[in-house]
Amino acid sequence: MAVADNKTEKPEGWNRPPVMEPDGDGELLEVAMGPHHPSTHGVFRMDVALDGERVIRLKPVFGYLHRNHEKLAEGMSYLGSMPFTDRLDYICSLTNNWAYALAVEKLTGQEVPERAEYLRVILGELTRFQNHASSIGFLIQEMGASGTPLMYAFREREKILDLFEALTGARMMVNYMRFGGCRVDASAAWLDAARKVVAGLPAFTGEMDRLLSTNEILMARTQGIGVLRPELAVNAGVTGPMLRASGVNYDIRKVDGYGIYNRFNFRVPLGDHWDVYDRYMIRLLEMRESIRILEQALKDIPAGPVMDPKAKLRGFRPKPGEAYGRIEAPKGELGFYLISDGGPNPYRYRVRPPSLINLTVLEDMALGENVADVVLIFGSVDIVLGEVDR
Amino acid sequence: MKTVEEIKLAIEAAVPGAAVEIVPNPSPGGQHSLRIAPGHAVAVATFLRDDEELKLDYLSNATGVDWPGCLEAVYHLYSVALKQGPLIIRMRTVNRTDQVELPSLTPVWRSAEFQEREIFDLFGIVFTGHPDLRRLLMWEGFKDHPMRRDYVEPDDFEYEPTAHDEVLARAREHRSRE
Amino acid sequence: MLGEGILKGLAVTARNFAGSFVSAERLTTVQYPEERIALIEATRDFPFLVYDGAGWEAGLRCVACQICEKECPPKCIYIEKSADKKPDYVGKPQFYPARFDIDISVCMSCQICVEVCPFEAIKMDTEFELSTEDRFAGLLFDRRRLAKPNEHYRRIHPAEAAEVDARLASEKAKADAKARAASDAAAARAAARPAKGGD
Repeated sequence: MAVADNKTEKPEGWNRPPVMEPDGDGELLEVAMGPHHPSTHGVFRMDVALDGERVIRLKPVFGYLHRNHEKLAEGMSYLGSMPFTDRLDYICSLTNNWAYALAVEKLTGQEVPERAEYLRVILGELTRFQNHASSIGFLIQEMGASGTPLMYAFREREKILDLFEALTGARMMVNYMRFGGCRVDASAAWLDAARKVVAGLPAFTGEMDRLLSTNEILMARTQGIGVLRPELAVNAGVTGPMLRASGVNYDIRKVDGYGIYNRFNFRVPLGDHWDVYDRYMIRLLEMRESIRILEQALKDIPAGPVMDPKAKLRGFRPKPGEAYGRIEAPKGELGFYLISDGGPNPYRYRVRPPSLINLTVLEDMALGENVADVVLIFGSVDIVLGEVDR
Repeated sequence: MKTVEEIKLAIEAAVPGAAVEIVPNPSPGGQHSLRIAPGHAVAVATFLRDDEELKLDYLSNATGVDWPGCLEAVYHLYSVALKQGPLIIRMRTVNRTDQVELPSLTPVWRSAEFQEREIFDLFGIVFTGHPDLRRLLMWEGFKDHPMRRDYVEPDDFEYEPTAHDEVLARAREHRSRE
Repeated sequence: MLGEGILKGLAVTARNFAGSFVSAERLTTVQYPEERIALIEATRDFPFLVYDGAGWEAGLRCVACQICEKECPPKCIYIEKSADKKPDYVGKPQFYPARFDIDISVCMSCQICVEVCPFEAIKMDTEFELSTEDRFAGLLFDRRRLAKPNEHYRRIHPAEAAEVDARLASEKAKADAKARAASDAAAARAAARPAKGGD
């Protein structure tokens, strides 16, 4: 598929925010969708101006869940910020922890033992699986399916959350990764339980596929809706499944090869119609690739320590400098930018939120569509407000 | 990818008059950055995006930093077409009080749209040329810029679920004054 | 045929529906609070203080070092050190907390206090049915409410407690051995002296 291509001459202002003129005379109906809304994935408002059923203008309004995470982190030690990173993208807390640990390890140059890397991959891919399953479930729910696929996804997710609880002590707010490894080791019993859960995941993915992918209602409602061109996607900083559904082959697990991802054999699915149906399909296919990675990792995990023996828990003062560490979180590129001045607290702590930046193109995708489709387009972006507002 | 020294030479060759200096980064990651003068920033950014060997078409992260004498905007650039990166560019304002304008890089990379709005909201840097510069996370009508290091919270702001000690005393005093 | 996809989907839901009558895999709802599932061993809710022996004040392991207070991210722990000291499990005199409050409406169960405590004094409990009608005082736990015996810790986290007990026992054995060696040396010196003094 055509990757973002800077050779063809694009018209002036091709990446500007779009402006659409209404068809006839008469007033535009201005609707505030949210913040108190069942389908906005959290407290989020969209100020929509409608000409009949068509969307003429859509301005998102953020800040309802702003919790000042970045300033809090300036007053807290590096370890103390780790539980707060759980609460950024609260559905995928393990990948948030991993991104922060990676950024700090880049800042200090710490090494991570091999077993810890395998555990990080296992937990990261389990997180990705349950995130994509829930995301598909929520998208279908917003389409009107009253929660059946969502509840099937949650049934599978419960098994994964039980695994997280057995290892880390908490289902969602895990606080598990540390700078230089993981907090506790996984026992052989846990690895067996994980293998059993992973063995049941292909059947579940097949079931979701049979239930949804050829459903005529789903296809009629999602195909051709919310098209996002690849050049605009790259220029707007869109990442994650949304970027790959627009045909751009950019998966940070393959590009950066952080951790030990270059040891695993997995494919990167790409979309060729760039619409909502492609985003749904990409998430389903990525669930299958996650199962492949999990099977490989659970087979090859070596014995050894899970924590860098030189890592300090208290009195951790990285030398002055800065680092930007990023991972392929289930929602997109999650990055942490840290500036250290040599003290126990970071001087500047910045979270690069994939959900917020993916929303840059919401207006481009939604202009001209019917208002009922705006909910679907928004659902296909797959955001979590904890990350958008931090 | 080219090193920061080579990129500096390439920028100076392509955009005459652009003042570029290298900011070394002492940490082991070694992500050095380039400080660009605001005057030629948009031309430099367009060069970085369109140059055949760099093709830095993806702005990953745009953020602000509050230094003691000025404010700074930091941009992390990657290339999706050539799978390389990161290149970090920085721009400083003159001071923190009245000369806080910087050129917006939104015309070059659309992903800066919301991020520059957030920098304006939280730090106070005014980006000239931004299509729609208004506050992002705080509400309209909010004064002051919260992420600055000298920000003082309003005193009627009870931020704890069980306000006690100084927070409660301050809030009570504010309410009794009204 | 138009509608084939929908029919395939209906077959999946029919299988799940019919299956929920016969297999436990398909019907995963637990009618809480009449039915409960067993808690997973590693689960964590809010902290509690461990004491050894029968007396909660005498056996409290906490020595009021205030490390957990400093490291707690939401700052929900409040400690006041005592003025006097009491002996700990190896017999060394240590301070103890005159006041140890945890505000569980602020606590986020991150368990960093457990990780940094050098004395195995604070551990995570597994009780979550803590609702009360008093929003402020009912959710502020003082040290009497927080202190629970070591047997409770062994019951809720058997594997962890066994490890902690083994470590403390080995510390105590080392301390006892040192004390015995010191007292043997003193006794040997005392036995040697009368022979000298008799000259």
